[in-house]
Amino acid sequence: MQNGNTNKIWELLNTVPDPEIPVISVVELGVIRDVKFTNNSFLILITPTYSGCPATKTFQDDISSCLKENEITNFELKIKYDPPWTTDWMSDSTKEKLRKYGIAPPSNIVICPQCNSKNTSLISEFGATACKSLFKCIDCLEPFEFFKCI
Amino acid sequence: MDNLINYTLRIADNALILGQRMSQWCSNGPTLEEDIAMVNISLDLFGQANGFYEYASSIDGNKSADDFAFLRSEREYFNNLIVEQGNGHFGDTIVRNFLFDTYSVLFYTKLQNSSDDTLAALSSKSLKEAKYHLRHSSNWLIRLGDGTDESNKKVQKSLNDIWMFTGNLFEMDELDTDMLNKGIGIDNSLLKSEWDKKVNDTLSSAKLNRPEDGYMQTGSKEGIHTEHLGHLLSEMQFLQRAHPNAKW
Ligand SMILES: [Zn+2]
Repeated sequence: MQNGNTNKIWELLNTVPDPEIPVISVVELGVIRDVKFTNNSFLILITPTYSGCPATKTFQDDISSCLKENEITNFELKIKYDPPWTTDWMSDSTKEKLRKYGIAPPSNIVICPQCNSKNTSLISEFGATACKSLFKCIDCLEPFEFFKCI
Repeated sequence: MDNLINYTLRIADNALILGQRMSQWCSNGPTLEEDIAMVNISLDLFGQANGFYEYASSIDGNKSADDFAFLRSEREYFNNLIVEQGNGHFGDTIVRNFLFDTYSVLFYTKLQNSSDDTLAALSSKSLKEAKYHLRHSSNWLIRLGDGTDESNKKVQKSLNDIWMFTGNLFEMDELDTDMLNKGIGIDNSLLKSEWDKKVNDTLSSAKLNRPEDGYMQTGSKEGIHTEHLGHLLSEMQFLQRAHPNAKW
């Protein structure tokens, strides 16, 4: 049982990876909007990235098991739709992690994560997961994923 | 309360039924990228539907979101007629989605100012996705319309065939008026002029002729559908009907 230390909860949440992009945590993804302590219980507010993103359910389960493993049982996860999730909530350091992982981070200019060329073109508006689209680099010819700006 | 539930179900049903249609493209897309695109759109729509059904369920207090999605009969669905129309060929699907996506963007733009906080929040979320879907369908419409003679002919026919289901989108009935008067709902009829303008712009870029507003099919607000919905439901509901309360 925790005595209301929300910082500790944030710390733990920061260890829960995004199920689809494991190099960033759910906190870095920006889906954890708030952690409150009321009536002896932690309330964790989650804003899903995309309405139908299958990872939403997975990371809720991952968060629950992470907290339980750390003997925190007095918590509740709640979905908060407003304001809607936006890639603006991602920090520069998170974007850098995405780039190193091979995913072009959300930005107005799509830069190849392999060779840093700005000479890129769209292959498809949709990719392997709801949050990404597909691009190719005209210079190094590598196809790559781009984290869509929403 | 009943009116609010039914108003919410109309929105949810549009998302669910179009989502089901898009899921039928899974493994049948013209290219791998398009296959993935259409299934992604389907997933967004299912997610939106779920949000609205969960809300209807919370007001109802008795039925679950799944009950609403899977255990109603055809006459109890209130989706617009256009979304239940068959996928046809890829051009038919693009035309149907383009006409509906254009409406959807205008609809959610207005509904995000609803005095009902949950409807407003779900709308602002859905709006972002609807805009993305519209970008996909309108880009394709331009590519097909302004493509070869054959692709132009095909999508012109798709457009002519489905046009009679567009009038249904802008209808207002008693329930809509009640929701509008309470500040919860929006006036569908006011979306028409903006929809006309946006549709006309894209059709002209696509070198397609806008069909005349002739006979318009109606009925969805009373649960009267075209023959396509029953077939869609029989497939979609099969599991829950054959194995009641089955869980994934
Ligand atoms: Zn490159």
